[in-house]
Amino acid sequence: MTDAAVVPKEAKSTNTSSAQLETMAWDSKSRRFVMLYLPLCCFLIILLFPFYWMTVTAFKPNAELYDFAQHNPFWITSPTLDHIRMLLFETAYPKWLWTTMLVSVCATILSLFASVLAAYAIQRLRFKGSQYVGLAIYLAYLVPPSILFIPLATMVFQLGLFDTPFALILTYPTFLIPFCTWLLIGYFKSIPFELEECALIDGATRLQILWQITLPLAVPGLISAGIFSFTLSWNEFIYALAFIQSSENKTVPVAILTELVTGDVYQWGALMAGSLLGSLPVAIFYSFFVDYYVSSLTGAVKE
Amino acid sequence: MSATTAAPVWTKMRPKQGALSRLFDWKPFLAFVCLLPAVGLLMTFLTYPLGLGIWLAFTDTTIGREGIWVGLENFIWLMDDPIFWSAVFYSVFYTGVATIGKFALGLWLALLLNQHVPFKSMLRAIILLPWIVPTVLSAIAFWWIYDPQFSIISYVLVDALGWRDTNVDFINTAWPARWSLIAANIWRGIPFVAITLLAGLQTIPPSLYEAALLDGASGWQRFRHITFPMLLPILAIVMTFSIIFTFTDFQLVYAITRGGPVNSTHLLATLAFQRGIQGGQLGEGAAIAVSMIPFLVFATLFSYYGLARRKWQQGEGND
Repeated sequence: MTDAAVVPKEAKSTNTSSAQLETMAWDSKSRRFVMLYLPLCCFLIILLFPFYWMTVTAFKPNAELYDFAQHNPFWITSPTLDHIRMLLFETAYPKWLWTTMLVSVCATILSLFASVLAAYAIQRLRFKGSQYVGLAIYLAYLVPPSILFIPLATMVFQLGLFDTPFALILTYPTFLIPFCTWLLIGYFKSIPFELEECALIDGATRLQILWQITLPLAVPGLISAGIFSFTLSWNEFIYALAFIQSSENKTVPVAILTELVTGDVYQWGALMAGSLLGSLPVAIFYSFFVDYYVSSLTGAVKE
Repeated sequence: MSATTAAPVWTKMRPKQGALSRLFDWKPFLAFVCLLPAVGLLMTFLTYPLGLGIWLAFTDTTIGREGIWVGLENFIWLMDDPIFWSAVFYSVFYTGVATIGKFALGLWLALLLNQHVPFKSMLRAIILLPWIVPTVLSAIAFWWIYDPQFSIISYVLVDALGWRDTNVDFINTAWPARWSLIAANIWRGIPFVAITLLAGLQTIPPSLYEAALLDGASGWQRFRHITFPMLLPILAIVMTFSIIFTFTDFQLVYAITRGGPVNSTHLLATLAFQRGIQGGQLGEGAAIAVSMIPFLVFATLFSYYGLARRKWQQGEGND
């Protein structure tokens, strides 16, 4: 139960048995509808409505956007790409996307590298006090960015990193490493130790073992940790807001809020188009790896 | 059988076993090297800033000027500041109400999903969407939904259903704004709670339910005496995370109201940002941020006892 990798299997086995349970329990059809499908539909509608509204607004011409009397607000009568065109060609949006991508990828690679080594040392090398190091790294995850951003801002300024992507690439691992390390410790635990012993007897060095035996077996864990880190860095806001000043170095979430909101009249069409485009990369990325994502989320909590 | 195949590998390996590779095979050194990147990064960008933040809270540093030690002056100043107290109040209120809402609705959703429903894995994937999408971007969508003039909710209530005569005031006065932000936070938090609790629910052995059914337990009794106690350890951990990250929330409030109207929706984090970064009073901002720490320590201890309880339970029941 403590292994993240075991979770999906377990989930499947309990699913089938809970289905058997279902047939044992007495359930009339209408009762099931009121107790299960109706609330489930309400949840789905409420959880998805903001995205629907975002999409509808992004493709609506301004005339329709502010005239609910003439046009049904829930539908688009004459869809337009104006907002997206404006966003892509009249603002620095492509540049912001590029910066966000660069920062997220670099921060992810850096944290994965550090976490793999740390998790391997804690789980496999088992030196004296390794569990305390593990606990300390877990506690680091509980330190929220909100109490760190002011001292970090002064540090970033002193190091001369202010207003550069490096400020973000170096600070994001503070919340990525603890999470990834814990996730990978769980994965390493699930790999039989005997494999490593065999390799040791065959004369492999420990680094060779890590590189050629443990890592290939931990690929699902690496993918989970990578996806998680990528989405977390893409979503990060407070550091990017505090450490970046110039327009062209901003990340998408910050830029939309600070660059597109100008004056008293909000360009809702462009704002929603920007939000939609900013959400899409993460959403697409996520949809490819849903299972890894869910297993890493639930696995990390179970640790 | 492997003598012939292993031989070439051996001859290739031997020359590599120099002093350096022997050093890397020496356990203490290897452990040190492996831990260095992670621990180094965390020490530099997490532990040191944490200490620096506490130190800054006792100085009068501003942007561009080194501060001097002023003792408790920042905190004494904050004690008399009604905006600080309103931020403390709203942080606690926001965390309390949002956590209750998230866990009540999230647990409900998890229980619904734990039943036999078609397209379950797809449903699960869709439900996580609000949690995947960058908070600021969905917050902007909420901002638009809460627009005083063109709010879609107002449209439904006023024009479509005719339940109200005037547009709903979501974010222009203090209390409605506070509730609107809490609603947005609950919306964002439900998926995380539901999916993690669902994972917890799926580890409960079905034999327990079967036994309870044979004994004639009602649905509520099954929930009260099986589901809830078995879920408690994971509930404690998820709740600690949720409390910590709700209490120190920044993005939602900053994106939707920026602490307004008239500072009524400031959380401690947004107030710290306003005073520390925008106002340049780093010392005062750090003092506000530091005043969140006691609360976080409390939440962490909560998590620790949750974990301890879980280990005890695992030892007795599952393993």
